Amino acid sequence: MSMINYASREINCKIVYYGPGLGGKTTNIEYVYDKVAPNTRGKLISLATETERTLFFDFLPVDLGTIRGFKTRFHLYTVPGQVYYNASRKLILKGVDGIVFVADSQQERHDANVEAMHNLYDNLAEHGHDPRRMPFVIQYNKRDLPNVLSLEALDQALNPTSVPSFEAVGTRGIGVFDTLKAVSKQVIKQLS
Amino acid sequence: MSGAASWSFEESDARRIDVLLGSFLRESHARCALLVDRTGQLITVAGERPDFDSTAFASLAAADFSANDQLASMIGEQEFSTLFHQGEKDSMYLADVARRVILIVLFDERATLGMIRIKVRSMVRELAEIFAQLFQRVMGDGGGSRLESSWVDEAEDEIDRLFGS
Repeated sequence: MSMINYASREINCKIVYYGPGLGGKTTNIEYVYDKVAPNTRGKLISLATETERTLFFDFLPVDLGTIRGFKTRFHLYTVPGQVYYNASRKLILKGVDGIVFVADSQQERHDANVEAMHNLYDNLAEHGHDPRRMPFVIQYNKRDLPNVLSLEALDQALNPTSVPSFEAVGTRGIGVFDTLKAVSKQVIKQLS
Repeated sequence: MSGAASWSFEESDARRIDVLLGSFLRESHARCALLVDRTGQLITVAGERPDFDSTAFASLAAADFSANDQLASMIGEQEFSTLFHQGEKDSMYLADVARRVILIVLFDERATLGMIRIKVRSMVRELAEIFAQLFQRVMGDGGGSRLESSWVDEAEDEIDRLFGS
């Protein structure tokens, strides 16, 4: 969870992008990296395999600036989506302040989405978090592809508690900042 | 959920720790010491200011420690309480503090691993006491610090500005 560092006057918040493999988690934070002003972002770190699949995590710090004397920063992380990297996923969730679940809207990824959501609930529970009581948004990605499920079907499968959800086309940046804005505002509200 | 930061690091905590880290660096001849929390956030730095991206460094160090924790449990150990990474010129020694914080010491050929190891051991004991008190205080506060609602309003405006309104 967030730490308020009164000594260095800093507040850091951790936002984790979670979801099935190849759903577009890394694409989201790469787009953020490309589009925010260079002086507001740190280095984009990717611990990936040779084939550019996330092995451990991607990490991007984004500075919100100094607010009432506190330098405020979001730490954006992605987890590896592939099923067999669960140990890594669990580690990245340590101290999480907000979650973005990036679902792949394609029909054939329905089961992978559901499995990843169950896995998220299990892993959050291990850290003592209840996803229904923490900043949490869902992004339905790849809306430009022809074989996508309807929003109703996706909501029914993945969003029974009606958390805020956003349509996105990560490769073109559509919905990327709407998603980030929604989760970061939720995270900020938790601090007051 | 508490609805607040889970813990806070006060200026008085920083002063106590700076004194401790300062004497540790003098006695061990290490270049620099960093404290990072287990979630990957930098708490404080003492000694030579690092010329690398300390935010990224903190995140990677926490991941390194967490991955090694899992490796330890796989071979039947509860934890690896310290890690050592040897470089050609510069090396790193990492030590767990009270299961919440990691002490990272950067040193070069002016220091010896043996001396670092000995000094870190006593340093960790003292740091653990300070952090135990700190977390006790947080629990006593009912979960940690809260920020004023005006701070939240201003932060929301900044989010709109940075991420587009």
